Amino acid sequence: MVERHDVIVIGAGHAGCEAALACARLGFDTIIFTVSVDSIALMPCNPNIGGTSKGHLVRELDALGGEMGKNIDKTFIQSRMLNKSKGPAVHSLRAQADKQAYTREMRKTLENQKGLVIRQAEVSELLIEPNCPAGGSLCQNSEWPKPTLIDRNSFFDSDERKNKRKVIGVKTTSGAVYLSKAVILCTGVYLNARCIYGDVVEQTGPNGLRSATHLTNSMLREGIKIMRFKTGTPARVDRRTLDFSKMVIQKGDVPIIPFSFSTDFHSIQKEQVDCYLVYTNKKTHEIIRRNIDRSPLYNGNIKGTGPRYCPSIEDKVMRFPDKEKHQIFVEPEGLYTNEMYLSGMSSSLPEDVQSEMYRSMEGFENVHIVRNAYAIEYDCINASQLKRSLEFKDIEFLFAAGQINGSSGYEEAAVQGLMAGINAGRKIRGLDAVILDRSQAYIGVLIDDLVTKENHEPYRMMTSRAEYRLLLRQDNADIRLRKIGYDIGLVPECDYNSFLEKKNQIEKEIIRLKNTHIGASPLVNAFLRKMNSAEIESGITLSDLCKRPELNYESLHEIDNSRPKLSYQIREEVGIEIKYEGYINRQKQQVDSFRKIESKKIPEGINYQEISNLRLEARQKLSSFRPENIGMASRISGVSPADINVLLVYLEKSGIKQARNK
Amino acid sequence: MFDTICALATALSDAGIGIIRISGEQAIDIASRFVKSKTGKQIDFRLSHLMRYAFVYDGENPVDEVMVVCFIAPRSYTGENTVEIQCHGGVFLLKKILSIAIQNGARLAEPGEFTKRAFLNGRIDLTQAEAVSDLIYSTNEQALKASISQLRGSLFNIIESYRKELLQSTAYLEAALDDPENYSLDGFSDTLFSNVNNILNGLSDLVKSSDNGRIIKEGIKTAIVGKPNAGKSSLLNALLGENRAIVTNIAGTTRDTLEEYVKCNDLCLHLIDTAGIRNTDNSVEILGVERAIQAVSQADLVIYVVDASVPLDDSDDKIIKMLVDKRTIILLNKSDLPILITKEEIQKHINSYVIDASVKEMTGIEDLKNLIQEIFMKKEIDYNHEIVITNLRHKNLLLNAIDSLKSVITSIESKVPEDLYTIDLMNAYRELGLIIGEEISDDLINEIFRKFCMGK
Repeated sequence: MVERHDVIVIGAGHAGCEAALACARLGFDTIIFTVSVDSIALMPCNPNIGGTSKGHLVRELDALGGEMGKNIDKTFIQSRMLNKSKGPAVHSLRAQADKQAYTREMRKTLENQKGLVIRQAEVSELLIEPNCPAGGSLCQNSEWPKPTLIDRNSFFDSDERKNKRKVIGVKTTSGAVYLSKAVILCTGVYLNARCIYGDVVEQTGPNGLRSATHLTNSMLREGIKIMRFKTGTPARVDRRTLDFSKMVIQKGDVPIIPFSFSTDFHSIQKEQVDCYLVYTNKKTHEIIRRNIDRSPLYNGNIKGTGPRYCPSIEDKVMRFPDKEKHQIFVEPEGLYTNEMYLSGMSSSLPEDVQSEMYRSMEGFENVHIVRNAYAIEYDCINASQLKRSLEFKDIEFLFAAGQINGSSGYEEAAVQGLMAGINAGRKIRGLDAVILDRSQAYIGVLIDDLVTKENHEPYRMMTSRAEYRLLLRQDNADIRLRKIGYDIGLVPECDYNSFLEKKNQIEKEIIRLKNTHIGASPLVNAFLRKMNSAEIESGITLSDLCKRPELNYESLHEIDNSRPKLSYQIREEVGIEIKYEGYINRQKQQVDSFRKIESKKIPEGINYQEISNLRLEARQKLSSFRPENIGMASRISGVSPADINVLLVYLEKSGIKQARNK
Repeated sequence: MFDTICALATALSDAGIGIIRISGEQAIDIASRFVKSKTGKQIDFRLSHLMRYAFVYDGENPVDEVMVVCFIAPRSYTGENTVEIQCHGGVFLLKKILSIAIQNGARLAEPGEFTKRAFLNGRIDLTQAEAVSDLIYSTNEQALKASISQLRGSLFNIIESYRKELLQSTAYLEAALDDPENYSLDGFSDTLFSNVNNILNGLSDLVKSSDNGRIIKEGIKTAIVGKPNAGKSSLLNALLGENRAIVTNIAGTTRDTLEEYVKCNDLCLHLIDTAGIRNTDNSVEILGVERAIQAVSQADLVIYVVDASVPLDDSDDKIIKMLVDKRTIILLNKSDLPILITKEEIQKHINSYVIDASVKEMTGIEDLKNLIQEIFMKKEIDYNHEIVITNLRHKNLLLNAIDSLKSVITSIESKVPEDLYTIDLMNAYRELGLIIGEEISDDLINEIFRKFCMGK
């Protein structure tokens, strides 16, 4: 059986959904494979979308025309803006999701998307042409050839295969063949997945879902380098067995800020559910320490590397021995269920230890565990094999997105899915890839880090990873990216027009504040006295007043008689742009020098072995990463500034030589 | 990747021995063509760091009896294959051997080219490379000392330690943003405030040293001023020990400024002789006077030459007005003639050092030199100071870093959210990194290309 499509997406998690929707919306005939249609956009771990820096990713994805922001706006049950006491760069939106509603709504969107079909099947092989030398061509030979290892290795080392191999389709475990122009791998944590707690090992994906056991071998046969990562999830408990009176209640924000720039602010103001905060204690830590030798992470049963930034509770206890308590958030999994998620308390300790450990906390004395905490191990690729477009450097038209690239988190996966989908489509149409750089978006930071750094653990987005974060705020994601999304073709005309109107209003209001002089009237000085701000003797502009530490755009309302009525989003944007103008300008200067280095391209055919002054390690790293420009080269670990200078000199000299030869 | 270069590693002089250095991939091939054993046999250059007895041949004829050492890459100064030939001294012989090396395929090196290669091959860091380049061009012993200290990496070390502190503060701040549960920002601003202030003080000291550094490296900019015929050009010649300026008794002979470098004990004077200052209608002279005024404004030291045999007049008033706030030495010249102006009288008009002299008779010149030495060495330049900034690029980067750190202080004082500090902290970190080549900038490469005359 042979079927043809433009694009094949393997996996229907958060990456796969965005990739498939983007391709279909760009007009490509797209098929998405999943091992279980009931698990589309499943949230097998935490029941929320967003959070510190992840909220930024969702906003950016939305500005570009992705789905996640819209989907959470439809299905959230609580919403908060985090870090409000800090600077505007680190304000982050986070919403609790009703997990079932979230998957159901996303599934509905996929099912009703024109040009997209869903197929439940396990993909077992990638079809790549030309295949290894011993093999035949696909359609004549239904049995896919398995060449010997020696043949393959010599083939991979030869120059001729470079820029010549491309993916042409996939085969499923049933033997069905699907041909396509592009394939996007979004396999999440399903490749050779193993779930582990104590000495119990289950050969399944999350939630007991079937794992994918064939595709890794096919990838290995094609020379793709595979790594093994690990992550984990906490137990789910019955809310009826918790004593919330002993916990700190966490309420949602009023008013609620939507994730999506397309969502109507008023339509989503609604009743919210509560979350709770509790702490572990000495007794909890004592139980963990006493049983640490039974942890599969410590006794060697788990070989994969786990995320340092999302550690299990046993990791935290062992790593911070001086800390007497760790905070645990108790969050509902949805409106449909009594299950509660224990954020911050993932574990792979044996069942009996888990039970004892959870019961040691205040309010948890009689807790009933519905599902055990567990660790999950899975295959992923070394993302240094990818270009920034998320296409494989050595296999054309093959893309990878999400946890297969070594990232962690729904949001990280979704944005990669979107970018891979966009770029697969552009590749088919012969257009340049859309690459967001580190100064444009967290998405750019994420992808750049994945492809230039050696990640030895699941990569989680963090605000500290973004050098230019004051420019990459969640509030201005549309200002940064809406036009790019529109040009790509994923932002509808009406959304784009309302964005242009918003942008125009922001610009007008900023100009007004800069041009409005406030005289030293008794009224104004009375206001300033009230705000503990120095009185003025002569006129001053509103924008200068706004920059004073004790004043802000909102508080100046009292003495600003000509202020137009503006939406919350516009007021927020104007306030930040004026108040932090100096910082923003300095950050923009940093971006200028970043761009200069980033614009120094490295020719694709460069032979690093030829540059004898490069240290051996740098030569090896640069040869294996093949960075696209000097900036990327400088971010590769093991490449020193001195190496970069040598490289710059080499490029300059060969540039001069070329110019002379012309 | 580079061709093979050769140069004299010692001064071209009639000293006892001289060293010729050849560096590059072909260095050993080239040397083996003309450096052979006493019997004309090939020398086995494959043994690195081994001193050999040999002869330099011009074709068939032995030219000199030498010692030769080969340094196999990368264990050499440049990181390339290097051969050093220790031959007998003497201008003629050294030139001859150098030309033999060139005949055999080496190219005469440009100034600083060995150092350039050492840098490009990663043998030395940027500050060391710049110090070597300063060393090559340095004009006096003080500059030599500063360059040598920089060469040993002391600038690198201090800048690196400041960078480390800045990075630690930033890292903590970032950790607290991403993991507020485990890293608290309570009291962080106060700690940061004092840390940043300490670094600011250290950087300001470095910048202050740069003024001394320039004096050390480029010499003390010394303007010689006075009325026409007071003996300015004669003083210049006396200091130079040769007739550099045209000296006549016709007033207004020096219509432009003349510049010379002269050694003054351990220091170097960058002398600027100026046109005599008087009221004049001659347009050429007016221009000269304007230049003199400009020279004074830029000078580190002004020597005001006064003809003690004629009374003070309007022109002197004009000059004295120019000298307000300037470090000035008054030379009461022509003490061999009947004196009209005394030390006490001139000091009524201007409070400065005064020296009696007769340039014609060569009296008072030593006193002048000693006074300059005293002013600049004992009081002004702490030449035992470990690190002196002698490089303008370094100074500008230090000033940028200081600006950024001052912004951090302002941010802390005005209580903006802590996450905003990192912008200026990282700016300072980067500027400092540019000094020692630990940050990448395309400007830096341009600088290197310019400095080492590369890519031509």
